[in-house]
Amino acid sequence: MSDSIYYFIQQIANGLTIGSTYALIAIGYTMVYGIIGMINFAHGEVYMIGTYISFIVLAGLTMLGFDNVFIMVGLAMLVGIMIASAYGFTIEKVAYKPLRSSKRLIALISAIGMSIFLQNYIRLAQGSRDIAMPSMIQGGFLLGDPDGSHILISYMQVIIIVTTVICMAGLTLFISRSRMGRACRASAQDIGMTNLLGINSNNVIATTFIIGASLAAVAGTLLGMYYGVVNPYVGFIAGLKAFTAAVLGGIGSIPGAMLGGLLLGVSESLTAGYFTAEYKDVVAFSLLILILLFMPQGILGKPEVEKI
Amino acid sequence: MQSRFSSAALAAGVTLILGFMVLGISFSVEGVVPTLEVSESHKIIGLLIGAGLVFLLQYFRAEVSKVTAKMKGDGQAHELPSFMRTEKQQRVLAFWAVGALLLFPFLSSRGAVDIATLTLIYVMLGLGLNVVVGLAGLLDLGYVGFYAVGAYSYALLNLYFDMSFWMALPIAGGLAALFGYLLGFPVLRLRGDYLAIVTLGFGEIIRILLNNWTELTGGPNGIARIPKPTLFGLEFNRRPSEEGATTFHDFFGISYSSEYKVIFLYLMALLLVLLTIYVIRRLVRMPIGRAWEALREDDIACRSLGLNPTNIKLGAFTIGASFAGFAGSFFAARQGFISPESFTFIESAIILAIVVLGGMGSQLGVVLAACAMTILPEMAREFDEYRMLLFGLMMVLMMIWRPQGLLPMKRPHLELKRD
Repeated sequence: MSDSIYYFIQQIANGLTIGSTYALIAIGYTMVYGIIGMINFAHGEVYMIGTYISFIVLAGLTMLGFDNVFIMVGLAMLVGIMIASAYGFTIEKVAYKPLRSSKRLIALISAIGMSIFLQNYIRLAQGSRDIAMPSMIQGGFLLGDPDGSHILISYMQVIIIVTTVICMAGLTLFISRSRMGRACRASAQDIGMTNLLGINSNNVIATTFIIGASLAAVAGTLLGMYYGVVNPYVGFIAGLKAFTAAVLGGIGSIPGAMLGGLLLGVSESLTAGYFTAEYKDVVAFSLLILILLFMPQGILGKPEVEKI
Repeated sequence: MQSRFSSAALAAGVTLILGFMVLGISFSVEGVVPTLEVSESHKIIGLLIGAGLVFLLQYFRAEVSKVTAKMKGDGQAHELPSFMRTEKQQRVLAFWAVGALLLFPFLSSRGAVDIATLTLIYVMLGLGLNVVVGLAGLLDLGYVGFYAVGAYSYALLNLYFDMSFWMALPIAGGLAALFGYLLGFPVLRLRGDYLAIVTLGFGEIIRILLNNWTELTGGPNGIARIPKPTLFGLEFNRRPSEEGATTFHDFFGISYSSEYKVIFLYLMALLLVLLTIYVIRRLVRMPIGRAWEALREDDIACRSLGLNPTNIKLGAFTIGASFAGFAGSFFAARQGFISPESFTFIESAIILAIVVLGGMGSQLGVVLAACAMTILPEMAREFDEYRMLLFGLMMVLMMIWRPQGLLPMKRPHLELKRD
């Protein structure tokens, strides 16, 4: 009896950990979609690049002989954010900005091309094999009997959840209080009108990409350290999952992306825990199809009004 | 002038910094100690060349955009060369082209014929996806899923029911079409970009299922020893696989050569490609084909004219999927071995790149693009590593500079003069 409850709570905790990183990545999709109405297909690759950068920084710091883990992780995250947001900014300038006025299909194909390009660029630069990083933060909180049924929540899981909460709080403050955040919200409602009112929409769009890429880099650092490996293909699946999370929560809605990420993480982890781990990706994609069919506006999204 | 130089220098500098973090440093783990090294010189040189290119592009931005504007051609369709403008000239040209393709296998090596068969399979896939993406304007990123359904249908039907290629071929096409219908029925109500993601998810689901359903599909090990097609029951093997059957060379009284089956497969693929081209050419002229294009151009106008968008899209989706099924069976027969590895998202992306490069909706363009995209990588094996990188780059640049493709589709039309 208590055994199964412990197991259940353990699965939920694992799900929340993964889910919060999905939520971080999903923000990037949902914000870009909210403002320019396109799916930033290359977002998963930005996450992957963020992971690589943070691994490289961690390795560099280890070689230099640093031993304070928190400073190392913090620095890795910071450099990851800087480089990944520069990538996000550049991707927007190169692949999306020239196509802003063309059809959706055209922009989407360009985004897919960008995604393939980045994936292969990293593959050529860093090799296609898994790169493993020895885990730096070990141990965790143990609840229950260490020999019998127990719940183990590792410090890494705690760090992931806490960092996510901080990022989300920061983002919420930024969106609701700052001048730029207000401009973002206004652009999401009507970008043409916002432009007329003297707000430079190019800056708003660039900011959106930078925020999205930064959060993806945070997720990349955390998830990279949690799993301990990275390869050039992680971005594809992570991107799809995060997109599912964004759609689940209601695309265009930031709280929706957070909620969607957590829900997706938990449902995936429950599937892996109770059924079979091989099919957990199938669950995510089937969930996506089902939501789009029966609830295309998501949990917190607004139903889309077609403008003629 | 000053600002032009400084902005170009800034762009090049950013490229260097961004590139150096990834390209300039190699990460490796020795034992448990992660180590960093400065990369091999060719990566550094590549990085410097890239930064130089960015500098030049930014510096000559005005000139470059003039050239690219010309490439765009103001949306005007591309004029065909003078010797193939009229219907009659085209027919003569097509006749000669088909004749040359029919003669080709007898004049060239076995390897070349084999590659040609692969090219034809890609032509078929490109044409099929062209119906979905180019004509109906539905971005299908899971096209490889239908290809996999076709390939596995033949392999499994042969394995479990001992069905011959010719019996399995229509079933494979039908099954792929059925999958297309079943997937399309719910999802085609969705808006374009959702459709792309859902189809992408579908393609992945198919691959994961094939990978994990080990009892049926053999899982990651795939299915081996898939037989080649026969000519009215005549096998192309040295010895008949069953007692009492005749082989091709025995029947015609010629000596055995392993080339015959390769040539035969090539000819059959060619036949199917020609049939595909013919069917699609007809479809485009039919009301449903016109409806596809109309729907691509303006969804709302179509609905107001009483067309049912879901049915029309479903037609395109199902027909496109069935071509992928046929191509899949051919692929299984050519390889003799299939595994889920052959049906990854990359394959979908390659087929999409073919359609994009050739010009969405244009049959000739897609055929030529499929040839270019399969033959060029075969010829330049040493650049194989860079193939997908270049495909990705090409997709972005094509969309920016020439979204209608190299040989865009042309319809007879009149346009109002604009001043």
